[in-house]
Amino acid sequence: MSAGILMQLGQTLLAILLAPLLLGWTNQCRAWFQGRSAPPLTQPYRMIRKLFHKDAVIAHDATALFRFAPYMFFACMALAAGIVPIIANDLPFSPAADAIALVGVFALARVFLALAAMDIGTSFGTLGARREMLVSFLAEPALLMVFFTTSFIAQSTELPTIVETLAHKQFAIYPSLAFAAVAFWMVSTAENARIPVDNPTTHLELTMIHEAMILEYSARHLALIEWAVALKLFTYSALGIALFVPWGIAPAGDYAALPLAMGALILKMAGGGLTLAFLEAISAKLRLFRVPEYLGTAFLLAVLGMLTHFLLEH
Amino acid sequence: MTDAIPVDPGFTPLVGAWWIVLLWLVLAFAGLALQRHPRLITHLLLPLGALGALGIALTGAAGLFAPAASLVLPIGLPDLPFHLRLDALSAFFLILLGGATFGVTVYAVGYLRHLESGPLALLSLWYHLFLAGMAMVMLADDAYAFMVAWELMALSSYFLVTTDHDRPDIRRAGFLYLLIAHVGAVSLLLCFGVLQGGGLIQAYSFDSIRAAELSPFWSSAAFLLALFGFGAKAGLVPLHVWLPEAHPAAPSPVSALMSGVMLKTAIYGLLRVSFDLIDVQASWWGILVLGLGLITALYGVIFAAVQSDMKRLLAWSSIENIGVILVGVGLTMIFHTDGKDALAALALTATLYHSINHAFFKGLLFIGTGAVLHATGTRLMGELGGVMRFMPWTAWLTLIGALAIAGLPPLNGFVSEWLLLQAFLLSPGLTQPYLNMVIPIAAASIALAAALAAYVMVKFFGVVFLGQPRDPNLKNGHEACWPQRIGMGWLALGCILLGLMPAQVIGWIAPTVQMLIGQTLHNDGGWLLLAPVDANRASYAPLIFFLVVLAVLLLTFMVVRRLYHGRIRRADPWDCGYPEQDARMQDSAEGFGQPIRQIFEAFMRVERETPDPFDRHPRYRGDSRDNIWLLCYAPIARLVAWLSDQGGRLQHGRIQWYLVYSFATLIFLLVFTR
Repeated sequence: MSAGILMQLGQTLLAILLAPLLLGWTNQCRAWFQGRSAPPLTQPYRMIRKLFHKDAVIAHDATALFRFAPYMFFACMALAAGIVPIIANDLPFSPAADAIALVGVFALARVFLALAAMDIGTSFGTLGARREMLVSFLAEPALLMVFFTTSFIAQSTELPTIVETLAHKQFAIYPSLAFAAVAFWMVSTAENARIPVDNPTTHLELTMIHEAMILEYSARHLALIEWAVALKLFTYSALGIALFVPWGIAPAGDYAALPLAMGALILKMAGGGLTLAFLEAISAKLRLFRVPEYLGTAFLLAVLGMLTHFLLEH
Repeated sequence: MTDAIPVDPGFTPLVGAWWIVLLWLVLAFAGLALQRHPRLITHLLLPLGALGALGIALTGAAGLFAPAASLVLPIGLPDLPFHLRLDALSAFFLILLGGATFGVTVYAVGYLRHLESGPLALLSLWYHLFLAGMAMVMLADDAYAFMVAWELMALSSYFLVTTDHDRPDIRRAGFLYLLIAHVGAVSLLLCFGVLQGGGLIQAYSFDSIRAAELSPFWSSAAFLLALFGFGAKAGLVPLHVWLPEAHPAAPSPVSALMSGVMLKTAIYGLLRVSFDLIDVQASWWGILVLGLGLITALYGVIFAAVQSDMKRLLAWSSIENIGVILVGVGLTMIFHTDGKDALAALALTATLYHSINHAFFKGLLFIGTGAVLHATGTRLMGELGGVMRFMPWTAWLTLIGALAIAGLPPLNGFVSEWLLLQAFLLSPGLTQPYLNMVIPIAAASIALAAALAAYVMVKFFGVVFLGQPRDPNLKNGHEACWPQRIGMGWLALGCILLGLMPAQVIGWIAPTVQMLIGQTLHNDGGWLLLAPVDANRASYAPLIFFLVVLAVLLLTFMVVRRLYHGRIRRADPWDCGYPEQDARMQDSAEGFGQPIRQIFEAFMRVERETPDPFDRHPRYRGDSRDNIWLLCYAPIARLVAWLSDQGGRLQHGRIQWYLVYSFATLIFLLVFTR
């Protein structure tokens, strides 16, 4: 048990520490695709460090909620990273929250950030909060439907059981997972504020979604949010890996498989970051009211995946 | 020694509950007698009423695990005295009633103390009669007592709704409420008529209804009548039109009780009739309830998102929650008729769980709204803003309710939603293949409704409590007084505990589920872990969840503080190069709802008044109306008006014609009776 807890802590810490690296890698790849000279891989770390050292500038009217929200956001993301099987399966914390609870954790973090954005009462903050909630109310059911598809296959909403069923039991081809995977990709881009739903590098307030919410943050609060955003991307990537390409994740209690799991994780993450950067480089941001169509498509694909499961695999 | 446990047979939980009903009746009329002493009403009668609520919750808790007890009272019809009965179903709903009412009544002590003595005495009269009526609905064991209690509840709440009867819009809301309540009551009366099957008057007691054998046709007829009657009370679409009108019209503690508790009496009635009096007979009952519940949930939440009045928004959100509860009822019926009682137990547990959750968080949100209304004099979201700065207690307590209703872990709304989704995930066990495929799509709609609920709550909390005050006078607002805070705190505590201890709560729901389904939800996980069916299948441990979030929060905070500095500089917010920003540039309630309005425009009729650029006093008005009113109710109203016009032609004031009418009637009767 204590070894399990150690593993749990280790995995969560690993996720927290590696998360900015994934972001750096994605930025680097994107710069290559766009023909720019790339920032170093460690750029996100440097930025977070710089932000931590600065003095926090906070609007006059900010309430305690505003200062509390970044910590809450970070804590939720750390918790999510603890739930998802990243390198090892069946860790001791996993029974405390299943896939549906994971959706709840993301929602909790998002609601706190949106509320904090409305706290100061600038027009951009409320605008960002409104847009973020718009995107999320369409993305969240789609994500749930993706989980439903995998849960129907594995007969469980526990992520470890899903991973074990898909990775370690008999190998079968599930057409429903193809639909679910595409839907998951679309949802992930929306939830992580990436192109085509949101542009993470924009400097134009009127087009912002996520960035508009955090306009008022600075210094350590911004550092925590940026770090948590990186962690969110990392967790979503790990989630995609766990659901759709789970091979290599170490089974419960198998310490010998950990180095292999680590290697597999790095390879898969690198591939995922490369793909994300490539897709971002070749596509443009959608108009805000095209986003419901985009996410509606994701939702339909996820539901189609579920129906495919009933028609073909049941 | 084993047989000699001293038990007083005279005092059972049922007798206790009946005494509390009597206490409320006495308090109701005592208020009239004490009209001259308003302080006595608020400081003596209301606290006593609150203690009664606590007491009735305790009798419910005691009755939950005891065998069903009944009592015959020497009042009522000559051949049909009042029958009372306390079984697990009644007991569960009494706990719901008592738990929510306690908080709301304590709050009312503070809320009502500024009222003048006359209205206060009347309010106290109807308030306590309302409580007694609701408790009697849950205790009644014959159709007559049930209908009397039902009417007592409906009439007293009508008078509560029309407390401010000098305003025409409130009189109109009250009339609409009374009308639909009575159309529903007629339907219930017919339902009981069908159920008793043409026997003697004694056949109206629930015991003989249970024993009677009905043909499938008549039991379906009875079920449909019950669904209509209880649906009218619960706010089932399209019978919901009274709800967004009547709930905002009432004083806030009453709105809280109407939304939190009174709607649940309809759920209680539906469960009582369709599971206890007639056992569910056909799976299409379940499909019907599920479908109507889904429509209600989605319709409610979409309209909640476009409201700009705090109480109206909450009333629409109640419609949504009733929809979710009905989805659970429908799912229970489908599983139950399919012979999958273990799954039916899961769905019913989710249903009951959501019912009690809704009583707590909706009560909390309504009284929080009341505190804001009291302090600022308005409940229009477009005039509020920044309320958290001068009402921190109210704001933080309301935030708990808002997060709970948005279905966020680790609070209680998430638990019932989680259980309901788990029930959906188990639907492949059904034997009918088409249901297997349809039900997950229903789950998708529920997920959509839940996600929209989060949108609605961010709007509710963000626009009202956060940001800048949209009206400069708001800053003179004052914090809620102590009884109000205690009342809100009680309900908030309920939301937290119901969220953190689901395994225990499910244990309390179990007797009710056992009674209705004949099987309970098996929790595989012990006291800490909620694991319906099987721990490998799904589990959730909110306490661990909560502690981990708390630990990570504290750890992050301490590390950041220890490694770096805590320096803070205050400055103006970023103005994007345009310095003349003011509070009116924040998103208004209409603005926040605009994306939803645009996406779901097909469901509503939008009326807009937009100023042109040269207006000196620009005024924007946007109103999103319910299409159902126009599609269903307006034609009915026109038809009734037309019919009465036609009937009116008979009356023209000429005595000859009236004599001809009497003569024709006489001839007709002579021919008819010959």
